[in-house]
Amino acid sequence: MHELGIVFHIIDSLTEVGKENSLSKISSVTLEIGEVSAVLSDYLTECWKWAVDRTELLKGAELIVEKIPAVTYCEDCERTYSTVEYGRTCPYCGGGNTYLIQGNETNIKEIEACET
Amino acid sequence: MDKFRVIEVKQSIFENNDKQAEELRKELKEQGVYLLNLMSSPGSGKTTTLSRTIEALRDEMKIGVMEADIDSDVDARTIEQLGAKAIQLHTGGMCHLDADMTRQGIENFGVDGLDLVILENVGNLVCPAEFDTGASKNAMVLSVPEGHDKPLKYPLMFSVCDVVLVNKMDVLPYFDFDMEKCKEYVHMRNPKATVIPICAKTGEGMEQWFDWLRREVAQWNA
Repeated sequence: MHELGIVFHIIDSLTEVGKENSLSKISSVTLEIGEVSAVLSDYLTECWKWAVDRTELLKGAELIVEKIPAVTYCEDCERTYSTVEYGRTCPYCGGGNTYLIQGNETNIKEIEACET
Repeated sequence: MDKFRVIEVKQSIFENNDKQAEELRKELKEQGVYLLNLMSSPGSGKTTTLSRTIEALRDEMKIGVMEADIDSDVDARTIEQLGAKAIQLHTGGMCHLDADMTRQGIENFGVDGLDLVILENVGNLVCPAEFDTGASKNAMVLSVPEGHDKPLKYPLMFSVCDVVLVNKMDVLPYFDFDMEKCKEYVHMRNPKATVIPICAKTGEGMEQWFDWLRREVAQWNA
């Protein structure tokens, strides 16, 4: 359900982009979704099909999801590791002074579109 | 034949919502209306906490409540009986409110003359945290039976909250709830968050919460 809300936000943003660039049709949309962004791409795709068919601009548009792996940086030993595997504790030095450097993204990267 | 080309968008999905939220916050500041976004899991005692809060503060300030629910108007009726202005917002199946829905609610509600508007968000610890509603501050109610490890399970929710009320303190002896651990976990997510242990039923800790709200509303209108 959360994903449906996100789809509506994407449609709103792209409607704006469509107006600014005088687009008549968008045929595909590429998103960048981080591994730990709390957006599930399978659900997103389901909601997408349902929602875009109710718009003129995006009818039938393909959704492409590029997944970005989650990587955490450890300030103590200055190394990076996989967030999903090890969480907030550094697997090299056991330190807890860590922060996420990527994997949180929810971006619209690009679209393929036709001008009027 | 139609010619398709690739256009770079490079925009966060939440960018539009964040912009709308910022605008709403600014307008409410100008009107002198403090909007508190109250979040929690279902059954944490949010409506009871709210009821006690209205009873305590209704003579000092004008309070309005916007109840967001997937359906029904049970909560709005409870609030209206206490003499506060209330409106029920139906999210139509959505699990959260976003800035635009909040604005629509506020426009329908009419916040003229109100000092404090409390937005009771949908009972859910995941989605409401992702969407900025345009509120002045975010609060959440966590109840003892839910466990002290909730901040570890729902990190985003705790990182966006300015105040965390730990409710149902009266049942603490019956649960393995470690208050110190709970505070530690909340502060791991958000070092600036205020944690207030309360019991909406017995009144324990409620004065501290009312004081927090009084200070917030006074500062917003300063």
